[in-house]
Amino acid sequence: MPNKDDFNLDHLANLARINLTAEEKARFGAQLGDVLAYIALLNEADVEGVEPTAHAFPVVNVWADDVPEAGLSVEDALRNAPEKRDNMFVVPKVVE
Amino acid sequence: MAEDILHSTISELSGRLGRGEISSVELMGAVIARTKEVDGRVRAFNSFDEADALSQARASDKRRGAAKVAGVNVGPLEGIPIGMKDVISVAGQPLTASSRMLENFVSPYDATATRKLKAAGAICWGRLNLDEFAMGSSTENSAFHTTCNPWDLGRVPGGSSGGSAAAVASGEATASLGSDTGGSIRQPAALCGVVGLKPSYGRVSRYGLIAFASSLDQIGPFARSVGDAASVLGAIAGHDPRDSTSVRMDVPDYGRGMADLAKSGRRWRLGIPKEYFGEGLDPEVGAAVQSAIGEYRRMGCEIREVSLPHTRYAVGAYYIIATAECSSNLARYDGVRYGHRSKDATDALDIYFKSRAEGFGAEVKRRIILGTYVLSSGYYDAFYLRAQKVRTLIRRDFLEAYREVDAIVTPTSPTPAFPKGDKTSNPLAMYLNDIYTIGVNLAGLPGISIPCGFTRAGLPIGLQVIGQPFKETELLAVAAAYEAATDWGSRHPNL
Repeated sequence: MPNKDDFNLDHLANLARINLTAEEKARFGAQLGDVLAYIALLNEADVEGVEPTAHAFPVVNVWADDVPEAGLSVEDALRNAPEKRDNMFVVPKVVE
Repeated sequence: MAEDILHSTISELSGRLGRGEISSVELMGAVIARTKEVDGRVRAFNSFDEADALSQARASDKRRGAAKVAGVNVGPLEGIPIGMKDVISVAGQPLTASSRMLENFVSPYDATATRKLKAAGAICWGRLNLDEFAMGSSTENSAFHTTCNPWDLGRVPGGSSGGSAAAVASGEATASLGSDTGGSIRQPAALCGVVGLKPSYGRVSRYGLIAFASSLDQIGPFARSVGDAASVLGAIAGHDPRDSTSVRMDVPDYGRGMADLAKSGRRWRLGIPKEYFGEGLDPEVGAAVQSAIGEYRRMGCEIREVSLPHTRYAVGAYYIIATAECSSNLARYDGVRYGHRSKDATDALDIYFKSRAEGFGAEVKRRIILGTYVLSSGYYDAFYLRAQKVRTLIRRDFLEAYREVDAIVTPTSPTPAFPKGDKTSNPLAMYLNDIYTIGVNLAGLPGISIPCGFTRAGLPIGLQVIGQPFKETELLAVAAAYEAATDWGSRHPNL
């Protein structure tokens, strides 16, 4: 298991698209260091030849009948939009 | 009249409603009055819509009247106020997840569990507080306020469904719904002295539940009796084409199944896992649980020691899997289509960085960061894949134990309710509070917490019974047998 020195908060905050303040970085770094040290316990488990479990009761290939159903109306879909105009979500300009 | 309405069970109230002794409007009115009287101190609710609740109650009274004329029976939940954790969608009502991110969000549709409760005649009542996005064990991570434990207002109610537990304990709802990802129903039920049931993974549809960790999340009830929990489960369980992980299995009549099992005098074989009684268990909690096991023995149950050898890895595996899934699930909160959008954002990328920085609280950020780390390139095998393999071992432990026992009996939480502020600066200590409940989620099993005593200081203690996959009827029957032999549920907090 990698050690906690590999834990680069700036890189991770960038991947997660969250700005962190200097105070948050200092606090989270220490707290998550403790959590990672605890998680390292898993290295002791013998997982040789063990299959991973993604879901407790694996269900695969769940098919739905191809029948159209009513979805959200445009009005309902836009109801919680931070900014909207002409039945569309408004965002800052993304292309020049 | 009011006082006994407020602490009555669903089955008692259903009888009184059926005999015409009270109306649903009177019941709802009493619950609203109680909420106004005590919620300034308990703070179980984020919000409630009095007019909407009374209008649902009026509609219920009308349905009951019409059913009487037609000579047909109504179900046990008809006209009963059921509180809703603020992560379960109710059309037209707020859905905040106790987060600034969704502070102004209004649900465009009903969750399947909500739709089924309404179809059963229940009144969907209020929006109950939680740890932000259900991440926490105390409700102290709510962006709005901390809910207080009704038994001692200076202590936490547990979490993440702390509002759902506190509302039932304090008479502000007859029952409620919560969600359980690592113990978020069972632990607050234990700390507040009520019954809390986490069904098997896949038993209840997650459609309309705000996702935290999709392979672990499950909706379930809080109630004042095991029978009431069974009634609510019966209403909300079942396959749903809108949740591909909900199972295609018939929903049994849990109440009848429990009664049949009680009549049959079946001699339950109960497993006591030695790993759940070690270091960190509060002596008063340990003593209450041992005395509950003694009660089961007196009833004629066979008590066997079992071993769940991989228990020590459960919390670590959970915090890899749950944070990985949450970092992925919460990527949707980007400030574009709904949720908080930063007013200072200047371009598209800036919207993400600033909206998420402003909208999420500290614990949510910590978990997203940790989840991002364990999934990031080069670390996936070491963390996530290893945790999933450990999950297999944990699940095998339980299934192995079930070859010789029908159910497993443990403490729900290692300690009674702790004082507010006790663990807020130490996330790891908070995580370890879920040590007895987390394995159940990893293995997808049903589990229930029922009251089993009080500490000398008067704080409730919970007993956890863990069942076999999809054998909720047996689980409920084992829990009900203990409940029938004791009267812990008859005590109420003095508010």
